[in-house]
Amino acid sequence: MAKRGKITIVEKLCKGCAICVRFCPKQVLEMKKFKVHIKSADACIACAMCELRCPDFAISVEAEQ
Amino acid sequence: MISGKHFMQGNDAISYGALYAGCRFFGGYPITPSTEIAERLSIELPKHGGRFIQMEDEIAAMASIIGASIAGVKSLTATSGPGFSLKQENIGFACMAEVPCVVVNVQRAGPSTGLPTGVSQSDIMQARWGTHGEHPCIAITPATVQEQFSETVRAFNLSEKYRTPVIILSDEIIGHMREAIFIPEAGVLPVIDRCKPVCPPSDYKPFSAVDGDVPVLANFGEGYRYHITGLSHDVTGFPTNSGEVAQRELLRMMRKIDANYDDIVQVEEYLCDDADIIIFATGAVARSAKDTVNVARSEGIKVGLLKPLTIWPFPDKHIQKYIGRAKTMIVAEMNLGQLTGEVRRATDGGIKIRSVCRIDASPITPTEILKEVHCV
Amino acid sequence: MFDYSSYLRKGKLPHIWCPGCGHGIIMKGLIRAIDAMGWSKDETAIASGIGCASRLPGYVDFNTVHTTHGRSIAFATGIKLANPKLNVVVLGGDGDMTAIGGNHLIHACRRNIDMTLIIMNNNIYGMTGGQYSPTTPNGMGATTAPYGMIENNFDVAELVAGAGATFVARGTTYHAMQMTDIIKQAFKHKGFSVVEVIAGCPTNFGRKNKRAEGYSMLEWQRDTAVPLERWQTMGADERADKYPIGILHKQEREDYLTTYDRMAGFKAI
Repeated sequence: MAKRGKITIVEKLCKGCAICVRFCPKQVLEMKKFKVHIKSADACIACAMCELRCPDFAISVEAEQ
Repeated sequence: MISGKHFMQGNDAISYGALYAGCRFFGGYPITPSTEIAERLSIELPKHGGRFIQMEDEIAAMASIIGASIAGVKSLTATSGPGFSLKQENIGFACMAEVPCVVVNVQRAGPSTGLPTGVSQSDIMQARWGTHGEHPCIAITPATVQEQFSETVRAFNLSEKYRTPVIILSDEIIGHMREAIFIPEAGVLPVIDRCKPVCPPSDYKPFSAVDGDVPVLANFGEGYRYHITGLSHDVTGFPTNSGEVAQRELLRMMRKIDANYDDIVQVEEYLCDDADIIIFATGAVARSAKDTVNVARSEGIKVGLLKPLTIWPFPDKHIQKYIGRAKTMIVAEMNLGQLTGEVRRATDGGIKIRSVCRIDASPITPTEILKEVHCV
Repeated sequence: MFDYSSYLRKGKLPHIWCPGCGHGIIMKGLIRAIDAMGWSKDETAIASGIGCASRLPGYVDFNTVHTTHGRSIAFATGIKLANPKLNVVVLGGDGDMTAIGGNHLIHACRRNIDMTLIIMNNNIYGMTGGQYSPTTPNGMGATTAPYGMIENNFDVAELVAGAGATFVARGTTYHAMQMTDIIKQAFKHKGFSVVEVIAGCPTNFGRKNKRAEGYSMLEWQRDTAVPLERWQTMGADERADKYPIGILHKQEREDYLTTYDRMAGFKAI
């Protein structure tokens, strides 16, 4: 079974740079009012690239089986 | 330690004074006429469990001793006029971050490269005001090779006790002069080490002065993780943009020195009690001045000598007690009146001030000062 | 998921860096690398100078010192020589390290004291508002380069390798996973190790150079950074406007303190 990810966003730390949105390979995320939001949680494959590149400690991904 | 009687050069005496005080790190850069201090410590430090490094420039040398002190080791650097100028930014950092360390400036004639082997006392004001901003300052002026040793020990003690850089303002004459000195056994002269925190690390506030105005310094690596910055900071050590906090902390730093005048300021008073004329002189000039006092006394003129061993904070109280007693104060100095201006401020018209100045890199002789005594 | 919280000082986030600034990505890489090394927080010291990058130590829970502009390596030298047990890391930006601190940089490379330097290179003076630095590429815009950058820029990795650094590596914030590993390799190296991390400054570099979004700075890194193995097969034409990433240079040489203690007969008392 493919890995899935549970994304947590700390909205008050998000500065709205959209790096996570831009580089998400599955277009899970989107920008709304200068903050990141989850658009399609089910599509997340837990690659955690968003977490790795978020400069603001605002997003994390937990892998679920 | 090499206790006992020695015939020693003034710069060497500073090196041995530093070792006696527990200095175990020297970061330096070669500059005449201070280099012998570095040379001596490059030999001696590794034998005493310390390390020496010749840095790439004066700025780095100053930075390295602050770093070593933060890591818990008493540290020294030595330089002269133009090198002292280069060190100023990091001296300011040490004041701001309240890091104990000792900086020797063996004064030579300036400005700029000036006369590298010629004596001068023209860094009195650079020692006080060389770095930007307001900050506390302790500066010490030895006048004999013995004092080069003992005042270096005192400089380290003050630095550790008040958590501040201390400047030793030596000069080319004392630095290069050889005299007999006596080095006491370890334990004879008091050696002060910085106070360390006893509270749990979670309660530690590196810039909070609980008892008096001097905060307790933890060394890096001892379990008290904290932040040091040259930015204005609050008691936790983290930067603040509050002007009010910045002012409060800076006033505390000033107070920790100013309020301890009696502990910090030492002045040798020689035959001043009944004196009509008092000569005010430091370093090499104080030696000539003492001679002048003796000759004048033999002529029946009542002359005394005020010889500050601490020049910053300025010995105002020691000077002011002679207002209404002595009629004239002669300030003798190898610059164009840096001390004279301060004595004038301290006496505020209470004593007539005369001045003997010289900037030709030659010592002021006893006869020169005596001539001024005869003019009174 | 990596838990950064035990390495971050409480209540200090959000940090001062602009949206999309690469420095936050480097901070995370640094923390992960320290965690992978298993270093104790009490025995780790971090020194920095002045500039955006140099604000990093204020956020992380180690023994930290934010020193004067360009001088952090010299402060760190004193720290390491006074207490060799400390793991010493120095951080700074391109201006801090290669301009005002350039002299300290080359001499630290020559000396080979066992510590790690991370140069957070965003090709600009960010904190003062976007003036050109020694690493601003030729022709690029900056507030003090209104006609484009006239001077030639430093290749930081080549510079430090030439000065004698025994470990030289380059990473980017786009290649964040690899950057973490490179920093870890640098920590493991006994001697002076230098890691240049290419970081984006969208606010002050990007806006002058048609890359005003944080992600466009990362895209630029993606399109110009080349893994060393591939770089070595590329011809001069192909290499234009590109740079290699990875561990670029490594040599074994006795570190300063080992040599000092042996030659000077140092004995701890």
